[in-house]
Amino acid sequence: MTAPNGTRALRGVSLALAGATLAAAAACTSIYEVPIDTPIQAKLDVTPFSRVHVVGFISGGAEDVDANMETVRLLRSQLRTKSRLRVIEADPLPLQQVARDQAKGPATPGRDAAPAQADVPAGMAFPEKILDEKDLEAYEPLFANAAYWKKIGEEFQQPLIVTGTVIFRPHQASGIVTQEREVYDNFGRRTVVPMRVYMERKGYILRPKLVFIDGRTGAVLYQESYREERLYPTQQNVPALSSFFEQMDAVLPSFLNTLSTTRVRGSRTMLK
Amino acid sequence: MITTRSLMLALTLVVSASAVATAQDARKQARPQVEFGITVAQRGLWQEAVFRWERAAEIDPTYAAAFNNLGIAYEQLGKFEQAGKAYEKALELEPQNLSIQQNFDLFKEINDRAKRNTSSSGS
Repeated sequence: MTAPNGTRALRGVSLALAGATLAAAAACTSIYEVPIDTPIQAKLDVTPFSRVHVVGFISGGAEDVDANMETVRLLRSQLRTKSRLRVIEADPLPLQQVARDQAKGPATPGRDAAPAQADVPAGMAFPEKILDEKDLEAYEPLFANAAYWKKIGEEFQQPLIVTGTVIFRPHQASGIVTQEREVYDNFGRRTVVPMRVYMERKGYILRPKLVFIDGRTGAVLYQESYREERLYPTQQNVPALSSFFEQMDAVLPSFLNTLSTTRVRGSRTMLK
Repeated sequence: MITTRSLMLALTLVVSASAVATAQDARKQARPQVEFGITVAQRGLWQEAVFRWERAAEIDPTYAAAFNNLGIAYEQLGKFEQAGKAYEKALELEPQNLSIQQNFDLFKEINDRAKRNTSSSGS
């Protein structure tokens, strides 16, 4: 089947026109990719403070990771390099004991730095071990105890105090996941195709709540909770500590943005 | 009657032609400003780029590229409110422009995050 000469000629003209139009459009609209660094203001105004004290966390969950000590260490090291505040190097406070002492009342012998009784709701007992989020409820009044934090602030020249809770616990899940598989055809050509497979996976959940307290008044300035989760195939033996740091990595930018302006990198298209 | 109608038609044509010529003239004047703005922005001189693109937008208020570029520069300088307005104006002028739409979408993500920070700092 052949097209009549007129039709062929018309098609040729149409193609040429379309080509010319495309070329003209490309010539008219020039685009330029440009990298940008957008500043995101800090969540907290920390100008009144020259020092920061990461005092410790009430933590629980996995036994093979000391979430309190690891979080203290990590946040201090980050603040040392990425914040203008001077980091106070002191032993973390035994906050779990402090909270228990405060709940017993002022007559209870305990640390000197626990002067005021915290408002623990009646009937709320401290759990033997902190395993998950609900076990932390009894400790919550500690963070609202302004008298206690003011006293800590006085001891360390009224810094910005960073404290809170950290739960890092094992987690298991099974279900259908999408995986990418390499497939080779008869000619040895490689393609990657998505495949849905049933998998048993285990991993960890990280739930830190960071509380920022004014060391001059003992008042809570700001608090933020995070939730991270990482699951790995059962045959992949990922150490708990490695998963902890992997998940903390995701939390750190937001933590640092609380205290200092951060810049978000991206790119935009400029037009002529 | 026919003469009057012809005259009116001719007058309309002249006015339209001169309007088109004025618009083209404005674009011709604004374009070097936009181009120079791009050159300096690529070297990181964003304040100068803003000056050039604001000038271009003044000369030709229908120049979508000038407003789009202004949006980018304001974003880089952390002036989110102005950036939003510039992108909106660019999109109003060229609603089908995918580059502007993409820039605006990316900006909105950043702006939402900045807004969350602002509202949380007050708590």
